[in-house]
Amino acid sequence: MSTAIDTRDTPTAGALTPVLRSEATKLRTVRSTVWTLVATVVATVGIGTLLSLARVSRWDQLSLRERLSIDPTAISLRGVFLAQLAIGVLGVLVISAEYTTGMIRTTLTAVPHRRMLLFAKAGVFTVVAFVVSTIAAFIAFFAGQSVLAGKNADVALSDPGVLRAVLGAGVYLTLIGLLGLALATLLRRTAGAIATLFGLVLVLPALVDALPSPWNTDVGKLLPINAGRAMFTVRPNSNLLSPGGGLVALLVTVGVVFVLAVVAIERRDA
Amino acid sequence: MIEARGLTKRYPTALAVDDLTFTVQPGLVTGFLGPNGAGKSTTMRLVLGLDRPTAGSVTVGGRRFADHRYPMYEVGALLDAGAIHPGRKAREHLWGLAQSNRIPRTRVDEVLGIVGLDDVAGRRIGTFSLGMRQRLGIAAALLGDPQVLMFDEPVNGLDPEGIVWIRTLFRALANEGRTVFVSSHLMSEMSLTADHVIVIGRGRLIADAPMRELLVRGAASVSVRSPDAARFMPLLVDAGGRVEPGRDGSLTVTDLTSEVIGALAARHGVVLHELTTQSASLEETFFELTNDSVDFHGEVATTRSMP
Repeated sequence: MSTAIDTRDTPTAGALTPVLRSEATKLRTVRSTVWTLVATVVATVGIGTLLSLARVSRWDQLSLRERLSIDPTAISLRGVFLAQLAIGVLGVLVISAEYTTGMIRTTLTAVPHRRMLLFAKAGVFTVVAFVVSTIAAFIAFFAGQSVLAGKNADVALSDPGVLRAVLGAGVYLTLIGLLGLALATLLRRTAGAIATLFGLVLVLPALVDALPSPWNTDVGKLLPINAGRAMFTVRPNSNLLSPGGGLVALLVTVGVVFVLAVVAIERRDA
Repeated sequence: MIEARGLTKRYPTALAVDDLTFTVQPGLVTGFLGPNGAGKSTTMRLVLGLDRPTAGSVTVGGRRFADHRYPMYEVGALLDAGAIHPGRKAREHLWGLAQSNRIPRTRVDEVLGIVGLDDVAGRRIGTFSLGMRQRLGIAAALLGDPQVLMFDEPVNGLDPEGIVWIRTLFRALANEGRTVFVSSHLMSEMSLTADHVIVIGRGRLIADAPMRELLVRGAASVSVRSPDAARFMPLLVDAGGRVEPGRDGSLTVTDLTSEVIGALAARHGVVLHELTTQSASLEETFFELTNDSVDFHGEVATTRSMP
């Protein structure tokens, strides 16, 4: 059966394909994948719709200034704040489940090229997370706008910056998941990685906020959650980076942790 | 073939493997013996590149494990049957592993058949008994039809039927010319399975010899029961044996093998009711070996240099 296969070659980029297939099968065949992805969609769509409904129900009591200041796109995408918990957990589990079950040792006897293994895991996760998150963001956007349309407060996908914001929500969720995956590779523990991820995303902003001005906003802008807000907000906000700046800040954060993860997985005993 | 040269692994708190040099030959079942904590598992992890050696090297099929593009065709290993995601179904688990090495799907069902798990292939691994997990781990090791197979304490958790099955499997794999490397902390188990043994203690090589040699060396006591015990005793002593009569009329003979005693009885027409190599003495040999490593190390080395 092995006659057609050259097992003598040293690992090359071409060898990534079978590892991607293997990791896709592994991701598909654990139940936590389905649950976290369902939770991602439900949170994104559900919260966006609820917040839009709340806005509409209070619409007649709002002042003109309040009505003008709302960002209908951002309101409908607000569920991302909850959904990032679900997709972050999935990113963590992609690798932490290997360590906590010991499966990593079986995996590495099939794929000893560790960097390739990590890239394959990250690659498969990125595709799945981006597709699901982006679909969730679009559903949330359209659901939210259809609610807001009741008070003529909706925007169209073709309005300036709107499509970018909806896509930005999908990209943000994907990158938070990747950050979880990289942290879990470093920490090799599910609970520790989840705690660290949400410490970075949710707790750190509260701490930075306590810094004296202008440090609080200057540093705060760079944090993942504010970089994300810059990506899925349409109305300009002086406390946030530009959408492109937000993307770069988040990519740098994820990139740095990912590089550390590559170094760790290559150097440590498994 | 597995070749270790000066293999050493030092952890911050302990020297787990200390300058091990050995070769595991194809066509044989090689037992890897040592008490718990002797460094057997660490050595196997070093072979698979899971741990990085502090010094020395180990190759499988002539190259480092990590340098094989599709290692499952080269080496099949079962280190820990529990090292598995319990949420996956057995067939899915094997299919995920198979895909990483371009192993065809049909092979997954083949190995499930070989280990007798076809009926439960659709069940989640979390519901499996330890014995079933062992079988699943062996199925995974066989996926690539590899020339080298390595098992860490594979008998643990198997029922008697499973133990017989696994011995037969090892024998069949070795007879096909494969390298079969099996660790155990039980000398008696190995005496039934292995052709050759490598014994380590505290990370150091203690013995590397054919099983037969260790059995002769270790089986210092043979229990003999005979209605002609009184006549047989002087014959045994003349043949160079030391004989201790037991209270129940049996004789405990040392320094003679059961083969020699049996031949002696036949030659002199002595009726034997029992001729048993004391299996407990195997464990004692092993105990002696691993406790008294320096002495035996020299002895075995001498034995091996003889033609």
